[in-house]
Amino acid sequence: MVTPLNTSANAEAEAGAGAETPAVPGSSWLCYESRPGVYDEMVAADGTVRPHWRDLVAHLDALGAGEIGRRADRARRLIRDNGVTYNVYGDPAGQDRAWSLDPVPLLIDEADWLSIERAMVQRAQLLNAVLADLYGPRHLLSEGILPAALVHANPAYLRPLVGARPSGGVFVHLLAVDLARAPDGRWWVVDTRSEMPSGIGYALENRVIMNRVLPDVLRALPVHRLAQHLTEVRDSLIRRAPPTREHPRVVLWTPGPFNETYFEHVYLARYMGFTLVEGEDLTVRDGRVFLKTLEGLQPVDVILRRNESSFCDPLELKGESTLGAPGLVEAAHERTVSLANALGAGLAESPGLMPFLPSLCHRLLGEELLMPSVATWWCGQPRERGYVLDQMPDLAVRSAFHATGPISRGALMDPASRAALRRDIEHRPYAWVGQEAVSPSTAPVWTDGRLEPRPLVLRVHVCAHDGGYSVMPGGLARVSGAADDESVSMQRGGGSKDAWVLSERPVGLPPRPRPGEQVPTVVRGVRDLPSRVADDLFWLGRYVERCDNTARLLRCLIGRLAETGAGSGEVAVILGMLWPMGHPPFTSPAGAGAAEHDRTVRAILDANMDPSNPRGLAALALNVHRVGVRVRDRLSIDTWRAINALIDALGLGAYTSAVPSEPGVPQTPAPGAPPPLTLEDAGPRLSAVLMPVQVITGLANENMTRGLGWRFLDTGRRIERALHMLALFEGVARTDSAAREAALEAALEVADSQMTYRARYLEAPQTVPVLDVLLADESNPRSLAYQLVRLGLHMDSLAPDQAFGLRSHEQRLTVRLLGITRTVDLNRLPVDGGGSAPAPASAEAGDEPDAAMPPPADLPTLLRLLRGLLNALSESLARQYFAHAVETRHGSAGGRVRPARDHPESGA
Amino acid sequence: MSTPRPMDYRVRHVTVYDYATPVTISHHAGRLRPRHFDTQKVHDSALHIAPVPSHRRERRDFFGNTLTTFTLAEPYRALTVTATSHVSVQPPRLPEAIHTPPWEQVADRLAGGLGADVVDAGQYAFDSPLVAASADLRDFAAPSFPPGRPILSGVRDLCHRVHTAFAYDPAATTIATPLALVMRERRGVCQDFAHVMIGALRSLGLAARYVSGYVLTRMPGDGDRLEGGDASHAWLSVFVPVDGAPNGGWIDVDPTNDKLVTHEHVVVAWGRDFDDVSPIKGVMLGGGNAAPSVSVDVTPLNPDGSVMRDPPPGGGGPMTDR
Repeated sequence: MVTPLNTSANAEAEAGAGAETPAVPGSSWLCYESRPGVYDEMVAADGTVRPHWRDLVAHLDALGAGEIGRRADRARRLIRDNGVTYNVYGDPAGQDRAWSLDPVPLLIDEADWLSIERAMVQRAQLLNAVLADLYGPRHLLSEGILPAALVHANPAYLRPLVGARPSGGVFVHLLAVDLARAPDGRWWVVDTRSEMPSGIGYALENRVIMNRVLPDVLRALPVHRLAQHLTEVRDSLIRRAPPTREHPRVVLWTPGPFNETYFEHVYLARYMGFTLVEGEDLTVRDGRVFLKTLEGLQPVDVILRRNESSFCDPLELKGESTLGAPGLVEAAHERTVSLANALGAGLAESPGLMPFLPSLCHRLLGEELLMPSVATWWCGQPRERGYVLDQMPDLAVRSAFHATGPISRGALMDPASRAALRRDIEHRPYAWVGQEAVSPSTAPVWTDGRLEPRPLVLRVHVCAHDGGYSVMPGGLARVSGAADDESVSMQRGGGSKDAWVLSERPVGLPPRPRPGEQVPTVVRGVRDLPSRVADDLFWLGRYVERCDNTARLLRCLIGRLAETGAGSGEVAVILGMLWPMGHPPFTSPAGAGAAEHDRTVRAILDANMDPSNPRGLAALALNVHRVGVRVRDRLSIDTWRAINALIDALGLGAYTSAVPSEPGVPQTPAPGAPPPLTLEDAGPRLSAVLMPVQVITGLANENMTRGLGWRFLDTGRRIERALHMLALFEGVARTDSAAREAALEAALEVADSQMTYRARYLEAPQTVPVLDVLLADESNPRSLAYQLVRLGLHMDSLAPDQAFGLRSHEQRLTVRLLGITRTVDLNRLPVDGGGSAPAPASAEAGDEPDAAMPPPADLPTLLRLLRGLLNALSESLARQYFAHAVETRHGSAGGRVRPARDHPESGA
Repeated sequence: MSTPRPMDYRVRHVTVYDYATPVTISHHAGRLRPRHFDTQKVHDSALHIAPVPSHRRERRDFFGNTLTTFTLAEPYRALTVTATSHVSVQPPRLPEAIHTPPWEQVADRLAGGLGADVVDAGQYAFDSPLVAASADLRDFAAPSFPPGRPILSGVRDLCHRVHTAFAYDPAATTIATPLALVMRERRGVCQDFAHVMIGALRSLGLAARYVSGYVLTRMPGDGDRLEGGDASHAWLSVFVPVDGAPNGGWIDVDPTNDKLVTHEHVVVAWGRDFDDVSPIKGVMLGGGNAAPSVSVDVTPLNPDGSVMRDPPPGGGGPMTDR
């Protein structure tokens, strides 16, 4: 219904496009039409702009439509560049949906805010007291204040935690409450999040972006800052550690990159300086939680928990969970660790609690509940059930237990689904509630060059602080995706707004450090690199390098085929080098004819594009992506783009979404085959694959700090490149003297060292000079010796005790490797070793060679010796640093083996 | 009615895990100490774990069972957990079935949720992780519970029907066999029978809890052999709120042996289903999969504490081994 409000003909004429939309008073061109019967945040019922919005309207008016549009674009770009994402489960469009932020903030005046703040502090205290009772004496049940069914039938009530009182009695450390404003202007609580409250990180990032989008406006208005609250959150978490701990360790426990708010986990961990961990990084020993790091087990004092409670301990909670740390419940009982929030705190967010909160507030706090919850009828009571069944078309029906479950709006359901819901309610009435279908207030959202009213929900964040609770002043508002859609959900494609709380006094500069508060000490290395992350970075390095090597080999093959033609000796040489590395025909080629070559080359190209062939280029690229996802928080945005470009270059996009095997993530059907490599397009496409690979390498070299993470990444790369160099020379050693020159030429090309060679030697490739360039020359970054020098440096810096010259096993291995390349006399090294039959490279992973072994008699012996030592180094690293606790569950409760760790060919 | 004499038992429950490869660290949670309550007194109980755990704690779980958690942090190949106890079982005075209230009345009281006893019992009427009410189970229960039938009569009848309709077959199920499959195959072991009957009762709105423990396989000189004696046994309790009922209104029935529980059963733990009372759970690093070997001896004792002798030939007494 269009109701003209304060329409001015002039303003309309100036607005042009807004012919039917009333102008905003105080603006020369802004038009806006609030919806009748709904409270609008900006415009009052009489059409005037509310006082606390007038300055903002003036600023927007001054900017003009074009400039606001440009700033909205800037917000989008910043979000993309900062990698702000919100994962949507089962979304085929991919893992990462960009967060969306409206350039127009939501304004809240101080008086309004103060009453919100008081109500939120009270609610946090109330919910904490409810949990303290239900996980303790349970008076609320025996006194009949709370119906027992709401607790006893509630899956969020974790019986193993009953009796585990957290230190300080804080069950709810962090709380997020969703508020909506009724048409009469009062705020109502529509939802609560106490299990894993999210949003603080998004709120802060929104504010950071708004600082770039509307810097002038943000400075001109007296907006309360958010950063102070984040400091309080951080300090309050650190203070949850036992007072005896001098440097408490706080970790943020994430279920991993597939979680919908993973971005926030990474963001908060970085912002607050907490270590980001997954379940397998934690272990419980003797009733205490430890982090498995490269430096051994480090005690954990506080866990900011973003892993769902029931998945936190496979011993006492859900047994099939692989995300948990067995023994954590016991640690909670012993109070050796503080969890924020406490395990089982999700009980407090049950929608079924809402109707009972006023009486709970009386009983537990002796106060009136300050802010009402949305009208809720629990179907466990006969009268309420009757009402919900009768009035279903006007109500929203949802689970009484799961706050994150679906909400069925009676008005939008067809008769059949309404009947089905009715049956569900009658079958288990205590599991359902009916709620008033709220019409939240609207706020202006910038859409298609104009302001439009959109329903809005405000998420308020509360944090335990100094024995009470403090509230983040402002933060996250969410708006629905369409004007008539009153459901507000990021999962369903809505947007967000930055909520500004306007002070009545000017807000000064950011607060200076309080007296007694120390300026943070400068920190360089991070001690807490989890072993899992080191392992993944190591394999990321290996897979990226293997991609590089494989693409170069294939490009060399295609180039030779084009230059010398099928059936030529040059092509035969390369085919002879390829098959022992795991390419078709996998055994010595039978024929040397042109047709035979053509067939083999095609088979090689097909096999390399087959994602199910573990040695093929496609599988390697997918492995880069898969391992990359696992260490996503350690990779820069640009590195991540390069990884995606690698996937795109091979047309493997459809395969990356099939990767997750995380519980709860539906498995997508197997995608169609990627586009094949043909003889015609293979050359340019392989070059296109090499580009992102080079970018990944370059970024690692130029942009990564030289911490432990980088060392493991580079160690993986060096080991892989060294092994590849050995494989190339094993190929050379297998050729007879007639084909030797072609083989050396190919080795130089694949190792990107032709220019180096030509600059030094005028003649065609000869064995000894090529061996020198590719094996012994420590100045050539592609040579074996160069890799060994780098490995030596890495092992030195990883070794724990340098002060007394005590060498680690890995150091000794690199010293021996380097000793061999530095002392071997290439002139006295026969290339063929008595014609022994070559074995495929992967099968040569022998035992670590004996130290007393005589100097190698010929090239194959030398190569075998070096390969053995390199494999020993890789295995030693795995033993020393990556020894994961792959814990399996059995016993009388059934034997489920958790999925094996990846990297199936470790050491190979 | 004169009070029957309590029966004394010595119970020895040995669980052995043998691993092909060393276990480097493992966490365990065990419920192996018998409960102490109205009709069962525990004189002593001991839990011996070899090798000695690096960490061991005991606490009461939500249901009042004794939970022992322990961690082995040094590598080992074999783990032996031995629980021994001496208990007295007082046969409960069971009400006459016809004097128990109609089953609907009990269901209504539970649904109403009023009264402290009902508040606690009510939680055993809801679905639990392993036992969810279903139309199948409701249909199975219905013939035993015509309108107005006294609850204990219905329970006896249902117990008998579970006993006859389901085949005892240790090969048929594993711990992970879901209830729906047991219902379809109509075979299983004591745990499955208990779950079926619990689910059937819950489908009617009645409260039933899962009981784990031991059963005397054979009294000295007695020919009848009861099933379930070579390992932990399982049965269930039904909530029958009637004046003078034993144990706060909970009456135990054993569908595996088709009988009301009197003096041949030793209760270790109870909960909503097996998941709440599993005798030993473990999460371990290494070791590979190893099925534990379990042996349980239940030895009747004379009032003076000496072992009750089997009349000749009486080779191994009432105990069984595996």
